[in-house]
Amino acid sequence: MASAYQIIDHAYDVVVVGAGGAGLRATLGMAEQGFKTACVTKVFPTRSHTVAAQGGIAASLSNMGPDSWQWHMYDTVKGSDWLGDNDAMEYLAREAPQAVYELEHYGVPFSRTEEGKIYQRPFGGHMQNYGDGPPVQRTCAAADRTGHAILHTLYGQSLRHNAEFFVEYFALDLLMSDDGKCEGIIAWKLDDGTIHRFRAKMVVLATGGYGRAYFSATSAHTCTGDGNGMVARAGLPLQDMEFVQFHPTGIYGSGCLITEGARGEGGYLVNSEGERFMERYAPNAKDLASRDVVSRCMTMEIREGRGVGAKGDHIFLHLDHLDPAVLHERLPGISESAKIFAGVDLTRDPIPVIPTVHYNMGGIPTNYFGEALDPSRGGPDATVPGLMAVGEAGCASVHGANRLGSNSLIDLVVFGRAAAIRAGEIIDRTAPVPEVNAASEDKIMSRFDRLRNANGAIPTAKLRDKMQNAMQDDAAVFRTQETLENGCKRVSEIWGELGDVKVFDRSLIWNSDLVETLELENLMANAITTVYSAEARKESRGAHAREDFVDRDDTNWRKHTLSWVNDAGEVTLDYRPVHVDPLSDGIDLAKIAPKARVY
Amino acid sequence: MAELVLDKRSRPKAGKTWPKPEGATNLREYQVYRYDPDTQENPRIDTYFVDLDDCGPMILDGLLWIKNNIDPTLTLRRSCREGICGSCAMNIDGANTLACTKGMDEVSKGAVKVYPLPHMPVVKDLVPDLSTFYEQHKSVQPWLQTKSPTPDTEWLQSREDRAKLDGLYECILCACCSTSCPSYWWNGEKYLGPAVLLQAYRWLIDSRDEATSERLDDLEDPFKLYRCHTIMNCAKVCPKGLNPAKAIAEIKKMMIERKVA
Ligand SMILES: Cc1cc2nc3c(=O)[nH]c(=O)nc-3n(C[C@H](O)[C@H](O)[C@H](O)COP(=O)(O)OP(=O)(O)OC[C@H]3O[C@@H](n4cnc5c(N)ncnc54)[C@H](O)[C@@H]3O)c2cc1C
Ligand code: SF4
Ligand code: SF4
Ligand code: FES
Repeated sequence: MASAYQIIDHAYDVVVVGAGGAGLRATLGMAEQGFKTACVTKVFPTRSHTVAAQGGIAASLSNMGPDSWQWHMYDTVKGSDWLGDNDAMEYLAREAPQAVYELEHYGVPFSRTEEGKIYQRPFGGHMQNYGDGPPVQRTCAAADRTGHAILHTLYGQSLRHNAEFFVEYFALDLLMSDDGKCEGIIAWKLDDGTIHRFRAKMVVLATGGYGRAYFSATSAHTCTGDGNGMVARAGLPLQDMEFVQFHPTGIYGSGCLITEGARGEGGYLVNSEGERFMERYAPNAKDLASRDVVSRCMTMEIREGRGVGAKGDHIFLHLDHLDPAVLHERLPGISESAKIFAGVDLTRDPIPVIPTVHYNMGGIPTNYFGEALDPSRGGPDATVPGLMAVGEAGCASVHGANRLGSNSLIDLVVFGRAAAIRAGEIIDRTAPVPEVNAASEDKIMSRFDRLRNANGAIPTAKLRDKMQNAMQDDAAVFRTQETLENGCKRVSEIWGELGDVKVFDRSLIWNSDLVETLELENLMANAITTVYSAEARKESRGAHAREDFVDRDDTNWRKHTLSWVNDAGEVTLDYRPVHVDPLSDGIDLAKIAPKARVY
Repeated sequence: MAELVLDKRSRPKAGKTWPKPEGATNLREYQVYRYDPDTQENPRIDTYFVDLDDCGPMILDGLLWIKNNIDPTLTLRRSCREGICGSCAMNIDGANTLACTKGMDEVSKGAVKVYPLPHMPVVKDLVPDLSTFYEQHKSVQPWLQTKSPTPDTEWLQSREDRAKLDGLYECILCACCSTSCPSYWWNGEKYLGPAVLLQAYRWLIDSRDEATSERLDDLEDPFKLYRCHTIMNCAKVCPKGLNPAKAIAEIKKMMIERKVA
């Protein structure tokens, strides 16, 4: 089979797949250490989804009031609903300030305070005094275009290093040795249709999230969880997939995001009675409670008949009381989006919003160095040789059951850098680059060839639509045994239909029909592990809210879900313990011990 | 603005008219440029009908509706669908813009005409080859360059100095401006074009950057900078409301000022 395709061979020390914030930071770090590094990406780097991040990046700089890494860590632990790993969360909070200064030195055009320092705004779930409040100003912002500012800057930096970029190459799968080591990837070059083999001592997956498994998401069309799909096909586990974050303020209809920074700057939500209902649910943090909490409250208001609009199915976000000068300086991007996608002038009218799928806490399990884990190789923390994962694709886990706003961007750069440091320690510079395992390559090319010639009855778009609707209906903000069982059944049926998919475009050059079909298979691996993991978890924690198990159950469920899916679509689950020990004694253990989560 | 004419060699012929969706009553016609790299036949214009009752309001929604419901071979770049990634730049109704933020209702009545960005080699359908554009961007060294010892914390920058970056840093590298600039059409290999010069100015004017004079030296060239004749197409089409022509004028001013000084 493989012989039917000419394969162009490359050998590198490190291959990074993905050029979003995580992939670019990892690439930079690898190149800085003198590794021969390739960065393979399906879109031009500045088109990666990180560009859409709006609100900001969390770090306890204390530029605008008191703060400390311990407070940041506490908020992250609490935000995670005690499912995050304490060693990784400590690492994140401690390294965050340095990582932000580094970005500033790279040239990120942060907004500024009167003294000329980096401007920081309040964000949901970030508080002073170990959660007691008041809200802390911790989220470093470049107006409401922080992701854009960071991604373009990282791209510029990467141009001065000699990392090699392979742009508009679609990574198909991981090359694996017979004994389970990762030895590279195979990628398809879109603009001329050639197939490329990248052999490497280390592969870093930085492929982002899988928001597009759902019908309505703030995520870009390209957020299809490809790295997670590759890992699943390699027989490796995914972790905590049931935890899908709904952002409270997606624009009703289009799903485009209105940043939480809008509430950070003073915006608030109202129901059809004109009530600021968050004051009732979260007297302390109000509209700045954690995202899972706000999304549930909005859903409850709508269910109880207090939604706004003709169908009573959404909520209003008010910013019209704010000074137009403030809106212009700090929220210019969402002013534009509200106008284009909701037809609203937000200096005068409220924006119609609804909880919308936004972020995947789950992904490829890693330790806090970014190394991918496979417990079947000997214990819960056993690593997969040759494989790392960073960014939204990874699960270190710093976000546990619910991510705090602005903690993703900081995760990208902190762990992108951590992975490079670790690679410097573990890669044997003198060893040869691995040779290919023909069996592994053959399997990858057979799959590619099968899909390229897929001639069944169902167009990719139809099947994708079915999957997105099943996930939207049955793995939503609130879940029950009934909806989840139904979801498992529906998604499994759709898995069965993958064999009957039809690809219309037969070309190898820029065949976007085939790209979307490959992406659909990746999305399905994410969707099926999400819904099966959710069905099994009989408790409510963070973003996983069950109406039939309303409480968190630390005795039985303070553990990470691991999920495997085989070619037949059978899902196997197992669990691994949460890391409860932090890295140092810099934080009082009593402070981060589990307790009721109130905002 | 002036109608943008495609290169004569690539002037397309009439193509296929695809059947109207059954039962739909609220239709909008789309005429879309198609080029198939496998056959390398002359490009053609295919005609499609979009069911507006089943489709979002933007041009991109219409194109994706066609791709999902009528013709999965239609090829275009898209990602964010909210005007921030710069993928979906194309020529719509005679002007370069982003398909995802252009409403179908903003386009004059009749068929929606969709072409790739003009004067760029076409890879397939609406996908142009932007590699020269990216190389030019790289050539202005778009990263912060400093000489003073790096501080432990951030470089300080006053709010006034930071405000000078507004209207520049927001560029999404969509290439709408450069591919609508006549000077760039005819000297695209040597003239850097509006997008890249806007980026060059973004670093020139950043109060933290200490390579101003090297950057100006590099631009002091009869082609790289001085081919702008202030035709202003760039500012008219920029979907982010930026004004590259003004940035170019500012660079020219900096050149004159440093000669006088
Ligand atoms: C609208 C929006 C706003 C947000 N705002 C914030 C915010 O203010 N603060 C915050 O902290 N977080 C925010 N987030 C979350 C955050 O932006 C994302 O989690 C983060 O950007 C993900 O970055 P990444 O580097 O992991 O992946 P991405 O930026 O998604 O990049 C993925 C990369 O992988 C590549 N890739 C994927 N598959 C393949 C393949 N098969 N072959 C080759 N390459 C591939 C892509 O080309 C791309 O380069 C926001 C998210 C959204 C949706
Ligand atoms: S103003 Fe200059 S850069 Fe802009 S379109 Fe005209 S010639 Fe080109
Ligand atoms: S200046 Fe405007 S039109 Fe030109 S590349 Fe930047 S965003 Fe696009
Ligand atoms: S899809 Fe990102 S700019 Fe249009």
